[in-house]
Amino acid sequence: MNLLFALLFYVATLILVGGIAYRVYEYAQAPAPLKIPTTPAPTTTGGVAFRMFREVVFFESLFKSNLWIWALGWLFHVGLALVLLRHLRYFTEPVNFIIAFIQPFGMYAGFAMAAGLAGLWARRFLVERIRYISTPSDHLMLALLLGIAVTGLLMKFVMHTDIVAVKTFFLGLMVFEINPLPAHPGLYLHLGMVVLLMIVFPVSKLLHAPGVFFSPTRNQVDNPRETRHLAPWAAKFEAKN
Amino acid sequence: MADATTPVAVAPAPTPAAPAAKAAPAKPAEKAKVVAPAYREYPTIPALKIDSMVDSNPYVSAAVHNESVGFPGTLVDGWEQKAVAKMGELLGKYRSLRVYMDACVHCGACTDKCHYFIGTGDPKNMPVARQDLMRSVYRRYYTLPGKLFPKLVGARDMTKDVLDDWFRYYNQCSECRRCSVFCPYGIDTAEVTMAAKEIMHSVGLGHKYVNEIIGKVHKIGNNLGLPGPALENTLEGLEEDVLEDTGAAVKYPLDVKGAEVLLVTPSADFFAEPHVDSLIGYGKVFHAAGISWTLSSKASEAGNFGMFIGNYEQMQKIAMRVREAALELGVKRIVVGECGHAWRVAYAFWNTLTGIGAGANDPFAIQLQKQLDPNYKQPSHICEVTWDLIQAGRLKFNKEANDHRIVTFHDSCNVARGSRMGDYAGGQFDIPRNIIRAVANHYVDMSEATTREKTFCCGGGGGLLTDELLDLRVKGALPRMEALNEIVQHNGVNFMATICAICKAQFTKVLPYYGFKMSMVGGVHQLVSTAIVLNNEQ
Repeated sequence: MNLLFALLFYVATLILVGGIAYRVYEYAQAPAPLKIPTTPAPTTTGGVAFRMFREVVFFESLFKSNLWIWALGWLFHVGLALVLLRHLRYFTEPVNFIIAFIQPFGMYAGFAMAAGLAGLWARRFLVERIRYISTPSDHLMLALLLGIAVTGLLMKFVMHTDIVAVKTFFLGLMVFEINPLPAHPGLYLHLGMVVLLMIVFPVSKLLHAPGVFFSPTRNQVDNPRETRHLAPWAAKFEAKN
Repeated sequence: MADATTPVAVAPAPTPAAPAAKAAPAKPAEKAKVVAPAYREYPTIPALKIDSMVDSNPYVSAAVHNESVGFPGTLVDGWEQKAVAKMGELLGKYRSLRVYMDACVHCGACTDKCHYFIGTGDPKNMPVARQDLMRSVYRRYYTLPGKLFPKLVGARDMTKDVLDDWFRYYNQCSECRRCSVFCPYGIDTAEVTMAAKEIMHSVGLGHKYVNEIIGKVHKIGNNLGLPGPALENTLEGLEEDVLEDTGAAVKYPLDVKGAEVLLVTPSADFFAEPHVDSLIGYGKVFHAAGISWTLSSKASEAGNFGMFIGNYEQMQKIAMRVREAALELGVKRIVVGECGHAWRVAYAFWNTLTGIGAGANDPFAIQLQKQLDPNYKQPSHICEVTWDLIQAGRLKFNKEANDHRIVTFHDSCNVARGSRMGDYAGGQFDIPRNIIRAVANHYVDMSEATTREKTFCCGGGGGLLTDELLDLRVKGALPRMEALNEIVQHNGVNFMATICAICKAQFTKVLPYYGFKMSMVGGVHQLVSTAIVLNNEQ
């Protein structure tokens, strides 16, 4: 089991990092031949950075769009962010004081994350329009995330695992040493699902995370009259004239 | 409430796709009587009516029209592979498409934002579902999970059924971008629709109305197919009319070399009602301000239907006419008349496509840019011109002349969400309203959920302004008609101003279905025209 999980984590990390890097490369490679910011849009680069910041941190467009989805989605994402930060303590020694400071918040953020996910999943059953657009993978993705959250919470509050040994295992992985992982079904489930999530990330809708930064309707400066914007493939048409 | 027999009377602007042209098809869309949907008590979200718009199809383009625009005449052999390959090509050429195919999480935020969904209840008119028509094929051929587990991720083969759905539902999108305002990733369904149309055209499945019009632009110079002499006649007639009405010798010049301003306007302005009243207004503004200006017979069309079919090359070719006209006539400024999608193309794309703009460092664009006056925005919207003149005190108005009107303003989608006016973000909302307030005493805004960047499409944009899609157009107008009805009831509004030729033509046709007079819609410069005080010494 120790060896299996060690291998899984190595492979999953390679896929996650390599896969996302490849996707980002693809997004960056594809030119945006025309200026298509959704207006009104910022007229300066600083303005665009601020727009992106509001979009990524506060989900501004979603807030304008639908308060239910915004509330549930934001709860989930903020919860997830805190939980991930909290987990850094299992991968670092000594633990950064900020990470130490957020530990109590991160713990309850786990509940927020699970609640948000449950709400989002409920919408897929209860709201006719969203039921219509949901594919099996949409449900599985939520099941996977919720499974990770619930097994994590169980280990924290109900059936503890030997967290010190877990930390030793992961610190070991980072220097290519395989240490024993506690034989704990909850832990196996938790880690197994995390591995799965890492593997599907670069081929799934989770690509919305890097994708949002490349969305031309959000990241372009509204200045088409002031500067000329030309994609290499489009410049060829000009030569003909 | 609606009287389905009233419309038609006045010229339905760009619609007369094939007035006398051969094979004018027997009056379409009259198979089933077109009826406006009922207003909703509250703006509730409609329940799904699966396949309710499955019969809404535009006419397929005949081979001759496809070929005249450089596409295969009819559906080519092996179109399945070719369509998939074309998709691959576009994924490499457009970052928007590449990112939007991956980024959607099916959150559902967009599902109630499309006017066509609100009006029809057909779930495939929900923006995400419309995108998924393509995304499902993308997943099948361009993603690993789609290749391995198609059912799991909703991936589909490129089949005739899929293609039929594309033709139906990508022709039920007016590319208005309202959904992109609300998407947390800015996914713009218009980009997906344009890509789908580009793919369909590339395998020989064209849209008759749009391709016919593009053919006419290339052959004759404008969407309506008005040849130079007819144009000259029309403009002379206008000069006589204005002289008679006002006593002022306002000129409507054509092809005048050395004029300061080249005005490029939608060809509907030359003869359609109420469009022509705005053209009269532009002329009066130039006259009152003493600015020399001209129209061009070569670039007698601001509209650019190349955008509607997502074809960069067509869009560029059509835009090049304006560049050529500007160079030939030696003008210092290029001004665009009241036309929504034309303004998006002009504002956002002309600098890219033709060099009409500023800030270039390549010889192609510099050739034109050194001719244009850098003191003005290039191109300028006619509303920017008028508002600058008003602020400079160079125009005088008799506002009481508009006192019989209680005015509201419909933000046209392409102006609102695809362009700008003036110096700050959102100027495109304020400047037309400022002008209206400067020339009329009674102005009321519609509900803020339906104006500015949240404005609803008129229901006829994106190349859908054709008779066989009338049922769709009437239904798609529902949210705008509801907002209008509210202020008609409460504030007695009797005039809806707008700055788009398609909006004007669409509303002229559709208003009667909702029990309004078609003369309720008009241009901002129609109001300017009514109130402006001209210098009458000849």
